[in-house]
Amino acid sequence: MEFFVVQLLNSLSYGLLLFMLSSGLTLIFSMMGVLNFAHASFYMLGAYFAYQISQHIGFWPALVLAPLLVGVLGAATERWGLRTAHKYGHVAELLFTFGLFYLIEEVVHLIWGRAPVDYRIPAALDFSAFTIFSTSYPAYRVFMMVMSVVMLLSLYLLLTRTRIGLIIQASLSHPHMVEALGHNVPRVFMLVFGGGCALAGLAGVIGGNAFVTEPGMAAAVGTIVFVVVVFGGMGSLAGAFIASLFFGAVQTFSVALDHSLAGLLESLGVALDTSSGWYDVLSLSIAQMAPVLPYLLMVLMLVFRPMGLLGTRET
Amino acid sequence: MKADTSALRMPLPAVPDTRFALGRQVATWGLVAAVMIVLPMLFTQGFSLSMLSQMGIAVIFALSYNMLLGQTGMLSFGHAVHFGLGSFVCAHALNRIGAGEFGLPVTLIPLVGGFAGLAFGIVFGYVTTKRSGTPFAMISLGIAEMVAASALMFPGFFGGEGGITTNRVLGDPVMGVSYGPQIEVYYLIAGWCLACMIAMFALTQTPLGRMANAVRDNAERVRFVGYNPTRVRYWMFCLASFFAGIAGGLATINYEIVTAETLGLMASGNVLVMAFVGGVGHFFGPVIGAVLVSFLQSALSTYTKAWLLYFGLFFVMMVLFAPGGIASLFAVHGAPLRHGLFRRLIPGYLLSGVCLLVMVLGFVALVEMLYHVEQGADMGTEFDLFGLHIDVTGAASWLAAGAVFIAGLVLFVLTLPVIRRAWTHVHGELQARDAA
Repeated sequence: MEFFVVQLLNSLSYGLLLFMLSSGLTLIFSMMGVLNFAHASFYMLGAYFAYQISQHIGFWPALVLAPLLVGVLGAATERWGLRTAHKYGHVAELLFTFGLFYLIEEVVHLIWGRAPVDYRIPAALDFSAFTIFSTSYPAYRVFMMVMSVVMLLSLYLLLTRTRIGLIIQASLSHPHMVEALGHNVPRVFMLVFGGGCALAGLAGVIGGNAFVTEPGMAAAVGTIVFVVVVFGGMGSLAGAFIASLFFGAVQTFSVALDHSLAGLLESLGVALDTSSGWYDVLSLSIAQMAPVLPYLLMVLMLVFRPMGLLGTRET
Repeated sequence: MKADTSALRMPLPAVPDTRFALGRQVATWGLVAAVMIVLPMLFTQGFSLSMLSQMGIAVIFALSYNMLLGQTGMLSFGHAVHFGLGSFVCAHALNRIGAGEFGLPVTLIPLVGGFAGLAFGIVFGYVTTKRSGTPFAMISLGIAEMVAASALMFPGFFGGEGGITTNRVLGDPVMGVSYGPQIEVYYLIAGWCLACMIAMFALTQTPLGRMANAVRDNAERVRFVGYNPTRVRYWMFCLASFFAGIAGGLATINYEIVTAETLGLMASGNVLVMAFVGGVGHFFGPVIGAVLVSFLQSALSTYTKAWLLYFGLFFVMMVLFAPGGIASLFAVHGAPLRHGLFRRLIPGYLLSGVCLLVMVLGFVALVEMLYHVEQGADMGTEFDLFGLHIDVTGAASWLAAGAVFIAGLVLFVLTLPVIRRAWTHVHGELQARDAA
């Protein structure tokens, strides 16, 4: 029970972090039809910027400045990169972001080196928030959850209650109509791209020190965010939310479960031939299968329900 | 959503070329074969021989990738899965043959890889080719990640972190060939490479190859004329997997070790870059890309630690400014060359080229200096570049490199209109001649 509650809290904080990344990505995806390969790279940049800024003026200014910086970079990427590639179609756009992914990783190597950097949780938040059974739960995880929920709520309010939010929503489904009404749709695209990147940057600021800030972090989280967006359904923030929490739980719980099919059969009294090749397959534990599960679920979803969990149109 | 591949289109003749110009074909492939035979005699160092072998494998792999992207319009992020799995099956086959469980000449081992690739292509292709465009790309990515992740789950087959080692020298030499020396392996690779190139080119001339082009350009219309686009995609996917498997088998023979990296996302990205940089719109484009990228990877990586950065920038610049790849840059100049107008373009190219060179020099200096600052402890703070002595601790070097870069950039942008004017002129002239 203790294990379950602690893991549940961990999966919740991880899932909310995933949602910060996937919410931006799904908005960009549904608006421009481009899956941004480099989205997680902006998450990484957020972490590194926060590390650099917190070295000089502390964590709290970094919390504001790093996402803004990442957002500006993202907007510039859209304006001078993606918009040029857009002329040549979706494949060129996808390839551009694919190249950008490698490029950002190399730039990080160039500036900060290949080893993880020492980006730490601020001292003000480095204490135990509460104790469940015998495990003390770190306050920083609680802070992560609060930050994510606050961002989530403000994003929701921004999209549904403000004028700019309504224009964004309209551009998602009817870009030409919005353009005909006199709005500058390319600029809306740029703003959304920048905003999505800023959200990813914020996730990097609060996630980089909870996990580890290293050049491989973009690749590690990038494909999972992809899975979340595709699974949740293109353009559906609610779908992305459910999928984020779901995959947060899948990833957190599955690595800790050491059960296997062979164990189950043996406990039912079935004698197994341990020398046969099938025994290798049967004796795989859930923890061993953990890295495969998200991709398997994504492929199944794409094959059987290509619009995703709550999506309204096919990707 | 349908992926727009208009930038990648292969030019189709207005009337399908039913007369298979045999003489010209024989001449072309004879030339290719002659080049393959002569190359190791020109470059005799051991280093260049292994690079040539690597290029041969890359050519098959990149061409097989282009069957998907260039010919059928399927952007795959998981083509290395078939290469890698073919490679692993070949490694196991070689080990079994070595243990005397069954007999097969090493020369035919790539065929084992090919059939392994085909088998996995039949399974994975059935799932992936049901969709096209972005969903196809996503499913291929998912399957690539899935296979890469499962590589660590089945250490019996994939050999865990260390991979599977094997030995290509089996039994007595057949007709004096034991595949011990690298030169024999090179000629094996060259032979398979030529055979695969001819087979893949022949495929583009078949009804299936033509229908694949049609599916890429307009799947809906293909359905209207009574073909099943899904089946065309499936066929092309399986055949591409077959050729990728052959390349994988050759890699096993060449390196005598297979690791899980060969089927990872990195490897899939690599072949995509090769095909794209070379130009997916032309049959020989991926060949250019495979040769160039293999060369850059070997050559640049010995000179600088920042080679991936240069390479990544090169790729992004290609996507932004020359999405047709290097082959399209050649193709664009075909008409001016034929009409003797090329010399009008030369002054502009020279002028901009020099400015571009200056810009690149400045940029390279800046990047190398940054690397030395970041890894100061390992690399020292002083180094020589282009015959100049650079000290990264002094402001003078930084200012000079920055100034060179910015000056080059500004001059390059300023000289671009010269090229543009020359092209306008050439276009006008060409149109006038067409009209006349």
